[in-house]
Amino acid sequence: MAEFTLPKNSKIQPGKHYPAKDAKKSRTFRIYRWSPDDGQNPRIDTYEVDLAACGPMVLDALLKIKNEIDPTLTLRRSCREGICGSCAMNIDGTNTLACTKAIEDCPSGDVKIYPLPHMPVVKDLVPDLTHFYAQFASIKPWLRTQSAAPDRERLQSPEDRKKLDGLYECILCACCSTSCPSYWWNGDRYLGPAILLQAYRWIVDSRDEDTGARLDDLEDPFKLYRCHTIMNCARTCPKGLNPAKAIAEIKKLIVERRSA
Amino acid sequence: MSTNAKDLRNPLKRARGLGSAQFGVSHWWTQRVTAVGLVLLGLWLVITVLGLQHADYATARATMAKPWNAVLLVAFLITSLWHAVLGLQVVIEDYVHTRWKEVFLMVAIKFLAVLGALAGALAVLRIALGA
Repeated sequence: MAEFTLPKNSKIQPGKHYPAKDAKKSRTFRIYRWSPDDGQNPRIDTYEVDLAACGPMVLDALLKIKNEIDPTLTLRRSCREGICGSCAMNIDGTNTLACTKAIEDCPSGDVKIYPLPHMPVVKDLVPDLTHFYAQFASIKPWLRTQSAAPDRERLQSPEDRKKLDGLYECILCACCSTSCPSYWWNGDRYLGPAILLQAYRWIVDSRDEDTGARLDDLEDPFKLYRCHTIMNCARTCPKGLNPAKAIAEIKKLIVERRSA
Repeated sequence: MSTNAKDLRNPLKRARGLGSAQFGVSHWWTQRVTAVGLVLLGLWLVITVLGLQHADYATARATMAKPWNAVLLVAFLITSLWHAVLGLQVVIEDYVHTRWKEVFLMVAIKFLAVLGALAGALAVLRIALGA
């Protein structure tokens, strides 16, 4: 059932305050904190960061906090250039990558940072993406062919290659899926925008020979048809992709192969 | 959808679940076809009802008794109930996660819609056939 209030042990408490000392240009970050080890409810800690001595991105501020203010702050990050998808989190109410979100692009006031919505939290800003990755594995995201393997690479015309643009760029950061109300309420069965975009990436690939089976696997009231074109996915995607369009294309193909 | 540490099943087992129902496109397509039908039938209904604005009961009854109007009115009733069932089904699937409640509501809305369609059709027929 849809959840309108947080469970008791998820209710957020006020947390600690870390004021900045002698800051030239201070900005306040309010960050969700939760540890599985101390039996406490989650809390919001407040950190004042001197932007004069900090890089421009939200990730720079988070790492400055971790390195200089509070080493217990836990987050995922790796490439710091928007290609690994590790630092996906909810910044100022929008799921995005901390490494490509500039602090000055956050509306004035405190910068609020939460983990990706409606996912189990491992610690602080780290969500448990086990199910998300398992859903990705479930669509068998690799080239599936019937014909014998050729002696050389499988060729693709430039026009067919173009069809993968806007799809292959997806880095599976989960920003879109965790912004989708349908995924919140039915994420156990609904594949969500990211996985469906990835599924379409293989459906539309001219070299893949298992298109029919892929569509068979998706034709399901929950796996595919929970998408109600809410479009949060397209709004939030930090790579500027449009998962909703990919889902619409899948629905069109499933209609196309039957009689009207 | 919390991950349960005590669940020893592989995450892929959970994600694949019972597999694809291989069903859903007819629902999706019918919902759209009935929506288009309702736009056309709705236009007809609005225009017809506006034409009856200052008419008395006998005139209104006589208008609806005309064969074309009777047919279109029955079509409107059936299409709107059909579309409503399809829409309600989506809402129930989205929000009702207790299986017995889900099944009960699914069956109940279909029964109610069929009853509504039969009652509506009977009412129009009685007018059309002058019973």
